[in-house]
Amino acid sequence: MADVFPPDTVRCDACPVLCYIKRGHAGACDRYANVEGQLVRVDPHILLDRAKSQGTPLVPFLEREGDWDGKIMKGQETFVTAIGAGTTYPDYKPAPFIVSSEVEGVDMVTVVTEGIFSYCGVKLKIDTDRHLGPERNLVRAQGEPVGHVTTAEYGSQMLSLGGVHHLTGGSKSEGRVTCETLLDLCNGKEVELTIDEGASVRVAAGKPPVVNGQREERMRVGCGSATIGMFAKQWFGKVDDVVVVDDHITGVLSEHQAGKLLGVRETGIAIQGRRSTPGRYFQVAEPGTGWGGTNISNPLTILKPFKTKFAWPHLRLLMVSTTGEQFAYYELNEELRPIEKELPDALKESVGRIRENCEPALTTVLFMGGAGGSLRAGVTENPVKLTDSVKRKLTRVTCGGAPAYIWPGGGITFMVDVTRMPENAFGYVPTPALVAPIEFTLKKNDYAVLGGHVDYVRPLGDVLKEKERQRQLVSHAQNPWPLKPHAGSGES
Amino acid sequence: MREPALIRMLPDGRRLHLHDGPIDLIIGADGAPQAVSVAYEAAARRFVSVLDELSGELPLLRSQARKNSLRPSGAVAQRMFAAIEPHCEDCFITPMAAVAGSVAEEILDSMTAATTLERAYVNNGGDIALHLANGQFYKIGMVERPDRPSLFGSLEISAAGPVRGIATSGWRGRSFSLGIADAVTVLADCASAADAAATVIANAVNLPDHPGVTRIPAREISPDSDLGDLPVTRGVEPLSDSEIVEALDSGARAARILRAQELIHSSALCLQSHIRVVSPLPANASIEFSQRSLLHA
Repeated sequence: MADVFPPDTVRCDACPVLCYIKRGHAGACDRYANVEGQLVRVDPHILLDRAKSQGTPLVPFLEREGDWDGKIMKGQETFVTAIGAGTTYPDYKPAPFIVSSEVEGVDMVTVVTEGIFSYCGVKLKIDTDRHLGPERNLVRAQGEPVGHVTTAEYGSQMLSLGGVHHLTGGSKSEGRVTCETLLDLCNGKEVELTIDEGASVRVAAGKPPVVNGQREERMRVGCGSATIGMFAKQWFGKVDDVVVVDDHITGVLSEHQAGKLLGVRETGIAIQGRRSTPGRYFQVAEPGTGWGGTNISNPLTILKPFKTKFAWPHLRLLMVSTTGEQFAYYELNEELRPIEKELPDALKESVGRIRENCEPALTTVLFMGGAGGSLRAGVTENPVKLTDSVKRKLTRVTCGGAPAYIWPGGGITFMVDVTRMPENAFGYVPTPALVAPIEFTLKKNDYAVLGGHVDYVRPLGDVLKEKERQRQLVSHAQNPWPLKPHAGSGES
Repeated sequence: MREPALIRMLPDGRRLHLHDGPIDLIIGADGAPQAVSVAYEAAARRFVSVLDELSGELPLLRSQARKNSLRPSGAVAQRMFAAIEPHCEDCFITPMAAVAGSVAEEILDSMTAATTLERAYVNNGGDIALHLANGQFYKIGMVERPDRPSLFGSLEISAAGPVRGIATSGWRGRSFSLGIADAVTVLADCASAADAAATVIANAVNLPDHPGVTRIPAREISPDSDLGDLPVTRGVEPLSDSEIVEALDSGARAARILRAQELIHSSALCLQSHIRVVSPLPANASIEFSQRSLLHA
């Protein structure tokens, strides 16, 4: 019976039905198909259960200067990143590498290209309570404006660097320095930045920031008021009053709700600044790089004289910052003036506890760029379809194998954490613009549907043969495996 | 290589998913937690040999059935034959026309035999076997086209009524159809009967020799199809209203005959957004249609 079938008919032996499947068709189950004479599994259900892949190698192309992190290893699963792949920009022709690979029976295609991004920049999140500079002020590198201060977030200051106006809209040297700064930050190198009317910082992705020569160790545990709430019980009985100095909200134990609930006695303490609610004060000092993000180095400057009606000699007072990094202990003398004394052992623990509860302060660098029409044309003859496919999550976007967050709305504007990419993944062109790897991974069928350059698809095996141009890396352990086929809607 | 059957709970932790070769079942049961787990275990135990049993007599099950045909021996296969037998004198039909409903029914029976449940369903790719204890009901949504899953209507199956099987057939579905219906949904006493009837009615929704309908011998697509060289529908161009009415008339005639023979209770026929209902009650009494569909009806 089999003899009458065309030569490219395959007999599926995955189940006892033993279907004969013609080329281009699926068996009775719709789970196995004959793709170019090969029996291929196209089963979305099973793939949902696929184990998380870790420790799998990445294969970037073309060695660059600098050391690659991670040991070289060979594995079964290989994903070709765009690092060093080159680009065809601005020509309207297929991307340099369009690689097909079979992942658990699903034919996947990865379009690998290096994008040239003149619309790009980095978002810096600097974990610090220190005041880095007024919002909207310029951030400079080597004296050139490369960005600006944006919002303060919880325990962090955000900077926005780069963007097309600094890269190509200013002077030549502004563009060159901006490009250099972005490149260094994206490649994990340390960069020195100064903020107009503000601090000077040294920052590198994934490392603690250095503010005015001082290395930040910890993020604050909470605002001053929150810190009072968290530690009131541990202080109660061991000290008569506590002031947690914070540029945002300074907290006072004896006036704070948490102290009232415990029955802490009124102490007659008086704080500079604007009272918000009982025990919570705004603007006790100017922002700065001193205690709790204020400009003070001597905490007594925020205290007014104690009220004689309530205060008493030998009253015990702890002053501490929101990170526990600064602290001082005082007792009132007969004239009700605070005299600094050594911190009693009973209080050392609570100060240590504040410090322990503060997370390590880091600098985070997110690269943000937009894939333009030309780049998209390297992927498909119909660029808007790529956008659509990305938005519908049929196409996965990665940068050097790292997952990218795609902004909703028009275009393909994405952000990626550079620490999840291999080191030195970025390059530049003198335009000036940054060169970043970008990979689009999708099912082969979907690729054909969106007008992909299917004639340029090469099997992974062929690409891997060009050994002299490759370097194998271990995938970042936290990254999802980029080739993992998309979970189908699957259920009947 | 023979892959073992898959037995797992769906990520919601409530429904059971059984899969083996072309069979894919989603099963839900309500009742005491202990009873539900007994039922799921019974379903899984029965399930693991079903495909092998069927495959053992596949050539017979793929052959045209006639009154005097050799009977198959497997339990599921016998359900299949029983379901298609009433149709076999009037049209070409093979036991495979009822395979999905019969498997669903067999698994449901294994569950209700093992324990007492409030209600349960076994959904085999749209062919559904139902169990309803007194006072229980299921609300069922209907889709016009499987590739565009938007509900065109919903219906309620309650324990008080006779319906325990639902099946849908059409040329856009997984199985081949000789007709042009997008979907024909049938309510019957049991899933195997619904499955066979849906196939027969969907085949009857037709415009023979219409140039806008692409038909290809089944064997050219699937070399071992039970439909052999019969032309199966692969594409239908937009039809005029009068053509749609003509095709639906033809299908509705078949549905009314099956209803007169008490083989089915109700049937909804969809063709290019037109919907025809053949039902013992006024259409809107048993089946609620969404506003959009009414505009086309």
